[in-house]
Amino acid sequence: MSASPSPSDAPSPSDPTSSSAPLHLAVALDGAGGHPAAWREPGARPEAVFTARYWADAVAEAEAGLLDFVTLDDGLVLQSTSTDGPDGRTDLVRGRLDAVLTAARIAPLTRHIGLIPSVTTTHTEPFHISKAVATLDHVSRGRAGVHVQVSGLSYEERHFGRRAAPLSGAELYEEAADHVEVIRRLWDSWEDDAEIRDVATGRFIDRDKLHYIDFEGRHFSVRGPSIIPRPPQGRPVVSAVGAAADGEAAHRLVALSADIGYVRARDTGEVAAAVAAIRRAREAAGPAEPLHLFGELTVYLDEDGPAATARKERLDALAGHYEDDSEVFTGTPAQLADLLVERRAAGLSGFRLRPGVNAHDLPAVTRGLVPELQRRGLFRTAYEADTLRGLLGLDPHPANRYATPPSAGTAA
Amino acid sequence: MSTKPLKQIHLAAHFPGVNNTTVWGDPAAGSHIDFDSFTHFARTAERAKFDFLFLAEGLRLREQGGRIYDLDVVGRPDTFTVLAALAAVTERLGLTGTINSTFNEPYEVARQFASLDHLSEGRAAWNVVTSWDAFTGENFRRGGFLPREERYSRAREFLSTANELFDSWNGSEIAADAATGTFLRDARAGAFAHRGQHFDIEGHFNVPRSPQGRPVIFQAGDSDEGREFAASGADAIFGRHATLDEGRAFYSDVKRRLASYGRTPDQLKILPAATFVLGDTDAEAHENAHEIRRLQVSGQTAITYLEHVWNRDLSSYDPDGPLPDVDPEVGENTIALGRASVRQFRDPLATAREWRELAEAKNLSIRELVIATTARQTFIGTAATVAESIDSLVQQDAADGFILVPHLTPGGLDVFADTVVPLLQERGVFRSEYEGTTLRDHLGISVPGVDRKAAAS
Repeated sequence: MSASPSPSDAPSPSDPTSSSAPLHLAVALDGAGGHPAAWREPGARPEAVFTARYWADAVAEAEAGLLDFVTLDDGLVLQSTSTDGPDGRTDLVRGRLDAVLTAARIAPLTRHIGLIPSVTTTHTEPFHISKAVATLDHVSRGRAGVHVQVSGLSYEERHFGRRAAPLSGAELYEEAADHVEVIRRLWDSWEDDAEIRDVATGRFIDRDKLHYIDFEGRHFSVRGPSIIPRPPQGRPVVSAVGAAADGEAAHRLVALSADIGYVRARDTGEVAAAVAAIRRAREAAGPAEPLHLFGELTVYLDEDGPAATARKERLDALAGHYEDDSEVFTGTPAQLADLLVERRAAGLSGFRLRPGVNAHDLPAVTRGLVPELQRRGLFRTAYEADTLRGLLGLDPHPANRYATPPSAGTAA
Repeated sequence: MSTKPLKQIHLAAHFPGVNNTTVWGDPAAGSHIDFDSFTHFARTAERAKFDFLFLAEGLRLREQGGRIYDLDVVGRPDTFTVLAALAAVTERLGLTGTINSTFNEPYEVARQFASLDHLSEGRAAWNVVTSWDAFTGENFRRGGFLPREERYSRAREFLSTANELFDSWNGSEIAADAATGTFLRDARAGAFAHRGQHFDIEGHFNVPRSPQGRPVIFQAGDSDEGREFAASGADAIFGRHATLDEGRAFYSDVKRRLASYGRTPDQLKILPAATFVLGDTDAEAHENAHEIRRLQVSGQTAITYLEHVWNRDLSSYDPDGPLPDVDPEVGENTIALGRASVRQFRDPLATAREWRELAEAKNLSIRELVIATTARQTFIGTAATVAESIDSLVQQDAADGFILVPHLTPGGLDVFADTVVPLLQERGVFRSEYEGTTLRDHLGISVPGVDRKAAAS
């Protein structure tokens, strides 16, 4: 694609995505935790995972730890260890509430932490997702994001019956990129000052400041404008997973369409390679906003390293065979801090940690890892911004693409 | 006179959305987008012990003469997201969202409502609406594909499919027993298969049974088909007729239809929308009401409304002058897009003739005519007068209650809560405290026709 060398090793200190900028930290929440047997642990409250209080408590804990944001997993199928269909297992958490609604339910109960629910672009309407996330941004006063994911599962397709067969992997990601383009255009389709309430002329809005987006893509077209004014952040944060295992198209989605990409890798060398590839693709596409690349780890933390390992092994024995999507860490908060420092030097600006057991490992992150990072001067000691873009060091209110005359480089 | 016990009134509040009933130019008018507005409005409704809050929907900005319509309040947030957030700032108030069945899929909508019901602990309701409108369809993947005649058939199948999904968990599957490692008692939880004209889907629904089992179902629509649809499966109907005679006729007609679906009259609540204007005296209230109507229907608004019938540019006409002597443009294309009201003028020539006669007989200008013909049921008077009118209509079976639409956002409900509600409570026709926790409790309705298939096994 591009012959340009990787130039990012000398980042400007003001670049919030450079490896010398303050470290960013998020947690990924799903069910009782990242481990399939997490729900059987003391304090797991498995009967409560379908209540608002459960999620409110978890997000309050993350906010007490000053984390940048939480992501909420979701999907349009019953969880399964199989790709062929529901696995029929009755010994694991099954069932899940809609993540956007859960995030909205939490928003009024929190003040600083970012809220990033997952959506599956394959089966949803970009128009609906755009206004839902814009609304989440309004109800949270600028703390919304959206995590986009694709699904090529045929048994998920049968929940919708739209297509005879799932799209191919590359097409799924292309469609996701179109989806993101549409939701962003819709966010911009109202200029910030479109609502004028001009009593003298009787006009509520200045219609010249509302814009048709006229998106025409391979899989759908959308006319616009949105039915909701531009959200407080202008553009809520978009995140996606850039797993090399999912192929070039997944990489491209992160490189070209995301504000945050989660890098899945097994070791520091793989992290460095993935970061370089994604950054090259981003730069080749021309000027763009900074892109955060976060490492992903499922973590089991105890004050005594062997205890963490033993705990994980005990859980493994309960759960039977399973594979974790991301790298697994067991050890002490100080050892994890060491690893994060090493990974960060490989080009990451933050980490999304998945607590192995929410009841145990989420407080271990907020009360063990966070103080450790603070002691090392690597993590904030108070929230420094009220919005998610602010916390991430991104332009707190990016210019509206329709408000200025068209110029080069407005691609994303 | 009668020993019939007093009916208990149901009251709800419609957050004033996109239309010309909102007096946005009033100095007391606030934001219709800011979450504080929704919070204030919902908390007022809950303080007054209302059954629920109601949100309307519109999925494309209206246009007139090929341009975005700019005289009314424009812009509204996403229904599900607002209602989920409101669940955090209220405890008992029902949360009713209008969701279109044309531009959605049953699996996604069912899981959003089931999730809302969990997150609100049993307060979710769905006002099922339909569209065949290609104009709105341009914002969606499917486009405006739906043939007009399939409107209700798709809606009916959409609702029955959603019910199959709601019922795919019976509520007894989750054991969450850590000691034995049994999370689910039944691996079949959520299994469904639906084959029909509009949907052919199968698999597993992934939200466990919610506190209300199914959200409360609302339906709006006055046509014969609409009434039949409501009678067949709705828990409440968002009615249009709120005057005594029309209300009673509608009420008895709809309640009569229930029997053929094996339902009793109390299984469907009839709740027309109504506005209200209060004053210290009845005369003052009528003066206020007149002034509010003038603010709602400006000269420009009157002209654009007239264009819905005439279907041509009338911008050169004086709103304070007589009606145009030219006839409406009759044709397939309509000047106004995205407005349900436009479709009611099936015979524009006849409507124009009627309006000319009315204007001539009463010596009305264009603006005055529009004010007169667009009036909806309004409770006007002192708090005592309004309480008496509402109670009287309900006791005489013109309605089971009302969905009130204030003309101010977000404080327009406050005065009603402070003055009318206590009088209804004194009369013994409205609750002073919530008796139950779910919206079904408030409305006194159970989950209809649930097949508790697995509960027995």
